Amino acid sequence: MPVSPTADDIARVFRDESGRCIATLVRVLGDIDLAEDAVQEAFVVAARTWPVAGLPPNPGAWITTTARNRAIDRFRRESSRERRETEATAMTAPDEPLDVGPLPDDQLRLIFTCCHPALSSEAHIALTLRLIAGLQTPEIAAAFLVPEATMAQRIVRAKKKIKATNLPYRVPDAAELPARLRSVLAVLYLIFTEGHRASTSDVLVREDLCTEAIRLSRLLCDLMPEEPEAVGLLALMLLTDARRATRVGDDGVLIPLPDQDRARWDRDEIAEGHDLVRRCLRRNQPGAYQVQAAIAAVHTDAPTADRTDWVQVLALYDQLVPFAPTPVVQLNRAVAVAEVRGPEEALQEVELLDLDGYVPYHATRADLLRRVGRTAEAADAYDRAISLATADPERRYLAGRRAALG
Amino acid sequence: MSQYLLSVHYVDGVGATPEAEMQEAYEATGRFNDELQAEGAWVFAGGLHTPDTATVVDATGAETITTDGPFSEAKEQIGGFWVVEAPDLDAALALAARGSAACRAKVEVRPFHDGPEDAGLDA
Repeated sequence: MPVSPTADDIARVFRDESGRCIATLVRVLGDIDLAEDAVQEAFVVAARTWPVAGLPPNPGAWITTTARNRAIDRFRRESSRERRETEATAMTAPDEPLDVGPLPDDQLRLIFTCCHPALSSEAHIALTLRLIAGLQTPEIAAAFLVPEATMAQRIVRAKKKIKATNLPYRVPDAAELPARLRSVLAVLYLIFTEGHRASTSDVLVREDLCTEAIRLSRLLCDLMPEEPEAVGLLALMLLTDARRATRVGDDGVLIPLPDQDRARWDRDEIAEGHDLVRRCLRRNQPGAYQVQAAIAAVHTDAPTADRTDWVQVLALYDQLVPFAPTPVVQLNRAVAVAEVRGPEEALQEVELLDLDGYVPYHATRADLLRRVGRTAEAADAYDRAISLATADPERRYLAGRRAALG
Repeated sequence: MSQYLLSVHYVDGVGATPEAEMQEAYEATGRFNDELQAEGAWVFAGGLHTPDTATVVDATGAETITTDGPFSEAKEQIGGFWVVEAPDLDAALALAARGSAACRAKVEVRPFHDGPEDAGLDA
């Protein structure tokens, strides 16, 4: 006697399987809207029949087959339109196998479509979360703090453009792949940082974004195991996410890396992250994400903050700069410079950076000024950081540092 | 196959291009046109006179009104265009990149409607 699945079980199957089902159906039906509607319908059927008949042995395949059959039924229902009739006939042609087993590339193709450079960056994120991660529009809207209608509109517009321009579902060829993959990785990292940033504010629902970004990166690594930067990105996310629970204290104040309770870091994520970093090192094709992951690995390797191997961290930042020559990377590098060569030298480097609107710039500068005894200037820098900070835990942390100047 | 409009945009009145460079761009564009025809992507193409030669006709009301000047007063204007046939957007974007390099201007890619089923009335 099969065990009857609960509504929660079915919701979990939806989360796990809908991305793969949609990708397969997009290939079979050649249209995102049709694929989504069909998968949605199949889950409605599942919600009705599974509690009685039990969970099928392969729920994903069940959904995909049901969705395909529903799509064909729909074509037949709308058979007054001659063109559609022809399409339905074509889809049931005997030479086409009825089996709609997923091809490993189905999802990969759809990822590259979602992150196509002809679409806006906002559309990349929305489409990826909806079509690949299987999130619903209200969930995506809530995560990005925009009205549901705005997010729905954004998705509709992007899908319309995909259809109107005949934007292809394909994995880019070797010549285009590096640039196109960079854009996919950037989308996944953006989803992650949005969730990570949010985890220091009071909007807890957005932590889901970190989980989704990690799930998507894992999927990308499975689909493209030969891409070291994809592995590097997954490692970076895991090693950052491992510290998530310790980033804000019970009092709601931000806790910086040196003061975090290392015993509460997620050991499984750290072990996996370190393992991936070692894999990258063996491959020896470094890139920006791999080097950042290696830096995170050094931090998570130190049993206490004062035993951090700062020489190693600085060496890695020197390696990162050519890959990512941005002022933010220079700022983070300056933190390592302060530990290795002292706050004076770090301060000189920080003063050269043009990052006036960036809270960590003023916070780092303030701390360096404090360490070299320029207290009044440190207070001004903290004031500037506090005035720019939008998240409450960060603002309260900075206010505490400001007050501690005496 | 889909058809795309590749329109050449330029900013009106921004630093006149030296004669020699213009000549090179004309020649490169001519070569690109030949390539499009050889590859079977060519549908139609043309260069346009400057926007100050344009006339706007409005027959939406009872009376037909004819006015001098371009429809849009924007600084960005269309200098010419290609209509190409390509298997998908990526192929059209690749053609646009070659066209842009040849004529030394930005190129906008826009799909044509396929036919009556895709008449764009859903907008």
